[in-house]
Amino acid sequence: MSTLHLIPLLPFIVAIFIPFLYKRFRSVHTGWFLLPVPLIIFLFMLQYLPFSGDPFQEVMYTFEWVPSLDIAYTVYVDGLSLLFALLISGIGILVVLYSIYYIANKKDEPLNNFYVYLMMFMGAMLGVVLSDNLIVLYVFWELTSLSSALLIGYWFHKEKSRYGAQKSMLITVTGGFAMLAGFTLLYLMTGTFSIRGIIEVADQIAANPYFLPAMLLILAGAFTKSAQFPFHIWLPDAMEAPTPVSAYLHSATMVKAGIYLVARLTPLFGGQQEWFWIVTGFGLFTLLWGSVSAVRQKDLKGILAFSTVSQLGLIMSLLGMGSAAFHYGLDGGQSLYTVAVLAAVFHLFNHATFKGSLFMVVEIIDHETGTRDIRKLGGLMAIMPVTFTISVIGIASMAGLPPFNGFLSKELFFEGALNAATVDAFSGQALMMIFPVIAWIASVFTFVYSAMMLFKTFTGEHKPDQLPKHAHEAPIGMLISPAVLASMVIFFGLFPNLLAYTIIEPAMQAILPGLTAPGEQFYINIYHWHGINAELLMTLGVVFIGAAIFLNIQKLERTAFYAGERDLFNWFYDNGLKGLISGAQKVDGIQMTGKLRHYFMYMFTFLILVLGYALITTGSITIDFSQTAAISPYLFLIVAATTLATVAIPFVSKRIPAIVLLGVVGFLVALLFVVLRAPDLALTQLLVETVMVVLLLLVFYHLPELKKESFKPAFKLTNLVISIGVGTVVTLVALSAHAFSTANPVSPISDYFVENAYALAGGQNIVNVILVDFRGLDTLLEVLVLGIVGLAVVVLIKYKASGGDGV
Amino acid sequence: MMNNPIQLHVITRIVAFIILAFSVFLFFAGHNNPGGGFIGGLMTASALVLLYLSFDLKTIKRVIPFNYERIIAAGLLIAIVTGIVGMFFGFPYLTQFFEYYNVPILGEIELTSALPFDLGIYLVVVGFTLLTILTIAEDDS
Repeated sequence: MSTLHLIPLLPFIVAIFIPFLYKRFRSVHTGWFLLPVPLIIFLFMLQYLPFSGDPFQEVMYTFEWVPSLDIAYTVYVDGLSLLFALLISGIGILVVLYSIYYIANKKDEPLNNFYVYLMMFMGAMLGVVLSDNLIVLYVFWELTSLSSALLIGYWFHKEKSRYGAQKSMLITVTGGFAMLAGFTLLYLMTGTFSIRGIIEVADQIAANPYFLPAMLLILAGAFTKSAQFPFHIWLPDAMEAPTPVSAYLHSATMVKAGIYLVARLTPLFGGQQEWFWIVTGFGLFTLLWGSVSAVRQKDLKGILAFSTVSQLGLIMSLLGMGSAAFHYGLDGGQSLYTVAVLAAVFHLFNHATFKGSLFMVVEIIDHETGTRDIRKLGGLMAIMPVTFTISVIGIASMAGLPPFNGFLSKELFFEGALNAATVDAFSGQALMMIFPVIAWIASVFTFVYSAMMLFKTFTGEHKPDQLPKHAHEAPIGMLISPAVLASMVIFFGLFPNLLAYTIIEPAMQAILPGLTAPGEQFYINIYHWHGINAELLMTLGVVFIGAAIFLNIQKLERTAFYAGERDLFNWFYDNGLKGLISGAQKVDGIQMTGKLRHYFMYMFTFLILVLGYALITTGSITIDFSQTAAISPYLFLIVAATTLATVAIPFVSKRIPAIVLLGVVGFLVALLFVVLRAPDLALTQLLVETVMVVLLLLVFYHLPELKKESFKPAFKLTNLVISIGVGTVVTLVALSAHAFSTANPVSPISDYFVENAYALAGGQNIVNVILVDFRGLDTLLEVLVLGIVGLAVVVLIKYKASGGDGV
Repeated sequence: MMNNPIQLHVITRIVAFIILAFSVFLFFAGHNNPGGGFIGGLMTASALVLLYLSFDLKTIKRVIPFNYERIIAAGLLIAIVTGIVGMFFGFPYLTQFFEYYNVPILGEIELTSALPFDLGIYLVVVGFTLLTILTIAEDDS
């Protein structure tokens, strides 16, 4: 195990100690203890950056986990995973710092929960981007879904938080399951779970019938996670989470896990026509849908949520366009497509910086004024100058204006879209012509909602009477994190090539392996001014048309389009969920009658039918008494007594005699074990019977008098048939099994235990050795069940009086 | 009912400890003779149940102030952790180890890692049985 293995585990390990830290040092904000965690990870990951201009050194360490299933905890660092790891840890530092000032250290605020979930998420996300094994990746992937849902539901007393948490959980986990199925198909085709191993044999499996289903299933996982249309509906509702969480999970890192997966698997699926169309198509549509929806929002956080949806679509579509490079191979038109990948990687980084800062700024506004409604806000420029400055930078970058980094990546995006339209990669060039059109329209709307955010909040008339709080500038601690992010927006806007050599080129190398000549690497140069070309004209068009729309915003606000806020597609989710619940209740209502005798009827009928069917169709009913051992007279006596006692039970009309008769049966069975020389079983049976008597006596106190019930003869007859049927079938199975073993002498498995119990496990009592050694895991899980049942008994009995609320 | 079940008290005082002693014997005998954690646990539980039956709940609770939920948890932890220890030395989960030692007076004895595992089983069984019985017994609604 290397140090790198510990990086994703570190936050989990620290999370164990959070509750203790929280309790022990109550006066110190728990966040301070956790600040070093992302810092250490960030500094550790920095060492992999190729500062000196050398080619990127890929690192891989393997730690075997379940070798028989090809599951290994393999960590792998290439440009792509390094980019993500740095984003996760770097923004993690800022988010933890911000949260210290954002969530007050109050009595009723479960800070320890918050930080446990946050650390869990950080570790899981690092695990997703660093692991090479698909199963390990899946486990971490689901952990991010889980921690995300827990964080959205952090203020669980709010109805909307619970709704958002459930929604995000259902959608992302459903996608995750689909993805797991896709991974399994990949394993079936290649025989390995290692991503690098699969990519190596990519060209051999492209013709496999499982190839397309695997692609679609994996994309389902990536699209649900990255909030692509029509799965995007969970993201706006996830905004109920505390804002550091929205900034961290729901804009900068977790929602990009889907993008990571698409980028990671581009070497495998890239070059396929289906991959190109699906990823690009869904991405572009999401881009458009998100930016149009964002204009309708009145809540600042709502605007940012839909803006995130739209920007995720943008990055996704770029990856889709870039994948066409594989279609061309090493020479040909591939450079036209690699631009798209460059834009994707660059925008991924830029989006994390400007969107992260904007989320934090929005929360500052909410914190200081008490509202995020743009209809109530206004004129905050003079009151909150620092917040205003940071916002201008973030929003200008989001709208794609120079000299910020958003401008650069948006220009590259236009270039990629234009290239895709001019080159005939796959059949359907006419369709590709609309790529730049959609890109342009979406950018206009992006400009409009950016302008709305900025001007409605900071300019115009200040309306103090509509604000719940008296507005003033935020404390310095809350301003540090967004200010750091905003300065990165400027810095990398001015010097984008600092990123180019260190991180973008290695990341492109990871997404597009084999597309540079051996020994060469991608060489990119990002610059602001590239002459008067189509991209620049498109940007100018965006600015002018966008400004024109914004100036006529009053007209837009009167339309029905602006009145609604909720996404239309929520209808499908809400009604689907309702239908699922009522459908499940209907199905349950038919079979779950609450009567034990009905359940027994179902079970035994099923048993008779299945066993009987199998016995008859396989023709295995044989009875052979020739090899049976001599039966001692005791046995006849015991069996006769047991039968008598059993038959008598239904005819007893009082409870006490019935219990006594049951006890008789139990003790007789124990006696049977004694006669058959099974002391362990006999002892256990005796003890269980003894304890049961006490238990029955206790329960007896609560039971009503046994009622004289009268049943229809048909009902009685059915029960009689079923009970006789069970007896017959079980007896037949036992006899046939015996006859089979006499006819085909097979050595019973007990021989193995008899021979090896002492040699392998050092015990002479085989029963005990099997329990604690050979089948130790069974025993462990059985006592686990015992423990759970014990707790269930306590919960059922002790909390039943409180009407279900206490549970 | 008897108001002063003196015979029961006297007999229980003696018998309960014989059963307890026997249960300890059964627990340790388990690996080579009939017995083990499960049986030993049931035996201990029945001894304790006998105590609860002949005296009243309050008295015994004062004498044996166990929290049976915690006993279950402790048992599970012991059983799980025993299995993990071997993993640190590169063995699969739940690998069992045993060794024979010669101790003065006692002669040759065997130490196995199955013993702590069995102890976990023992504790869970005791905890579960008493937790269930006592919870139902205390429920008077």
